[in-house]
Amino acid sequence: MVKAINSGLRKAMERDPKVILFGQDIGRLGGVFRVTDGLQKDFGEHRVMDAPLAESGIIGTAVGLAMRGYRPVLEIQFDGFVYPGFDQIVSQVAKFHRRMAGAIAMPITIRIPYGGGIGAVEHHSESPEAYFAHTAGLRVLTPADPQAAYLTIQQAIACNDPVIYFEPKRRYWDKGEVDESLAALELGAVADPWRARVVHTGSDVTVACYGPMVRTCLEAAEASTDISLEVVDMQSISPLDLETLASSVERTSRLVVVHEASMSGGVGAEIAAHISEKCFYTLEAPVIRVTGFDVPYPASRLEEYFLPDLDRVIDAAERVMRY
Amino acid sequence: MTEDRMRAVQLLTPEGQRVSHPDYDITLSDSELRGLYRDMVLVRRIDTEATALQRQGELGLWASCLGQEAAQVGSARAMAPNDFAFPTFREHGVTWCRGIAPLEILAMFRGVTTGGWDPQVNKCGPYSIVIGAQVLHGVGYAMGIQFDGAEDVAVTYFGDGAMAQGDVNEAFVFAASFSAPVVFFCQNNQWAISQPRDRQSNVQIYERAAGFGFPGVQVDGNDVLAVMAVTKVALERARTGNGPTLIEAYTYRMGAHTTSDDPTRYRLAGELETWRLRDPIERLKVYLARQGIADRSFFDHIEQEGEELALHIRDGVRGMVPPRPESMFDDVYAEAHARIDEQRSEMLEYLSSFQDSVG
Repeated sequence: MVKAINSGLRKAMERDPKVILFGQDIGRLGGVFRVTDGLQKDFGEHRVMDAPLAESGIIGTAVGLAMRGYRPVLEIQFDGFVYPGFDQIVSQVAKFHRRMAGAIAMPITIRIPYGGGIGAVEHHSESPEAYFAHTAGLRVLTPADPQAAYLTIQQAIACNDPVIYFEPKRRYWDKGEVDESLAALELGAVADPWRARVVHTGSDVTVACYGPMVRTCLEAAEASTDISLEVVDMQSISPLDLETLASSVERTSRLVVVHEASMSGGVGAEIAAHISEKCFYTLEAPVIRVTGFDVPYPASRLEEYFLPDLDRVIDAAERVMRY
Repeated sequence: MTEDRMRAVQLLTPEGQRVSHPDYDITLSDSELRGLYRDMVLVRRIDTEATALQRQGELGLWASCLGQEAAQVGSARAMAPNDFAFPTFREHGVTWCRGIAPLEILAMFRGVTTGGWDPQVNKCGPYSIVIGAQVLHGVGYAMGIQFDGAEDVAVTYFGDGAMAQGDVNEAFVFAASFSAPVVFFCQNNQWAISQPRDRQSNVQIYERAAGFGFPGVQVDGNDVLAVMAVTKVALERARTGNGPTLIEAYTYRMGAHTTSDDPTRYRLAGELETWRLRDPIERLKVYLARQGIADRSFFDHIEQEGEELALHIRDGVRGMVPPRPESMFDDVYAEAHARIDEQRSEMLEYLSSFQDSVG
């Protein structure tokens, strides 16, 4: 997936000279995950820039760069380090277009490696997507596999709204076919990034997930012999494609929502509320959430108990089937 | 680089020569000098052992302090018992001097805890991983000291990278505004992961203090005597109600940023060689030997002590008991919380369902 995002960034930079990359250690080092590897060498130091170590500075200056006609693509090194920039994102990036009555767009993409499962130290495994999904004016995307990453990073950059682009870091090393022949401007026609995707068809229970949990849920669907799971990759966390999800739930009558982030106030709650409303007469069971617990991300030796896994997904499917 | 070092206070040259400085001096007993040597050697031994344990898969990560022993030991040993240290994740020399057991530190890097020690016991805060956050905490703590009419001082540690952070610059503003009894101890180890110092600060770091309204001083961070002398003056200044000081300890990160980093991608090997000649431990050793303050048997004894410590660390790390899964619900809140209790029960019930099926 690292290579797919790298290729996507390269395409976006080739297509539009106003696309610039800004972040810590993204130049010569190529980013701590090597997502920007080689891009400074090929596009120069004025387009791939190492930023001073200050997240608020990175995001705040991107607002000015956007006002000047640039299309900044920012890298926040780890999920837990975005918060110093939170004020600029929520109060400035998200609201600017509205405040200027549409006169100025904020085509800023903020890439954030997120989620756990890599045995990291504190502040390196968080899933903060709900904070951003709650903020009007932001779009929130997260790819689940290399092909989706290759396409959606380009679509995020091309979008005239600010996009928080969450990269599932535990899936960075996942391999997968990537069709790079897809012409950039036709991307939307090929795969609409704002639509959910049914990635595994099934008949008993719909499992809604996104980002790092898509692979987990696909594995659960493969392993689940008694219950047939239909896996829906939401992909866009904001806006949510409830239409695709609801049509799946209309078929299965049951829904389980899976995410790594803590449960309370999370994206799962939002999905459950909408589906309860849209599919009230179809649902045979309450919507169940399988999520991280409402605790700070634990020390790495405990993360396997925090993160939803195949067993917990199947357990939830069994529970909704028992109603 | 030579130009950078011109203003740095130095009392011991890289060759182990004792030199004088017009503004700073220090007089230490022979046993205190031997103590500084012992601290630095043992801190390095802990560091070497931890790096090896990470390579063996026993630790998830390690942030080496190799090369920064003098900056850390010199400053921390200048502190009084009631002064309070605010370290980052690389301050193994500081936590050592404050009396935090090395295994407490290693437990964090092994991933069995996210912290653990009581900061009030040793007057030493938790390791801060978020760059610069602890510097504001140090200023707030110092404001508390001031409000209490006490004579303690807070010492905040951070690096050259943190000089760019808003939190650090805001800490300078607050400290100056309240004339808070705080010492800002910046270890300029030249690299913030792959980014050189000049990406964070276009002028020498110590010069930044002037703009905030308090003194800044640059010290040879590989000279433990100079670091201690400069820190003592800054502590005294703060203690007597004269406000903050910024100390820039000019040093070098001999290792990688962490064990996940590969510095060969962004810096030249020659740089490392240059700094090897400025090793903080070697120069004190030469000085101690030449002055007859320590002899062969002392150095051998410290080496031996280091080996015993390393063995203790190895055994201790390997013997660490994995935390109970439900311990993740501990201490999330100080008071009872129904939702946490509910989730803890759900987890235990779920986990016990596996035991049943096995039985």
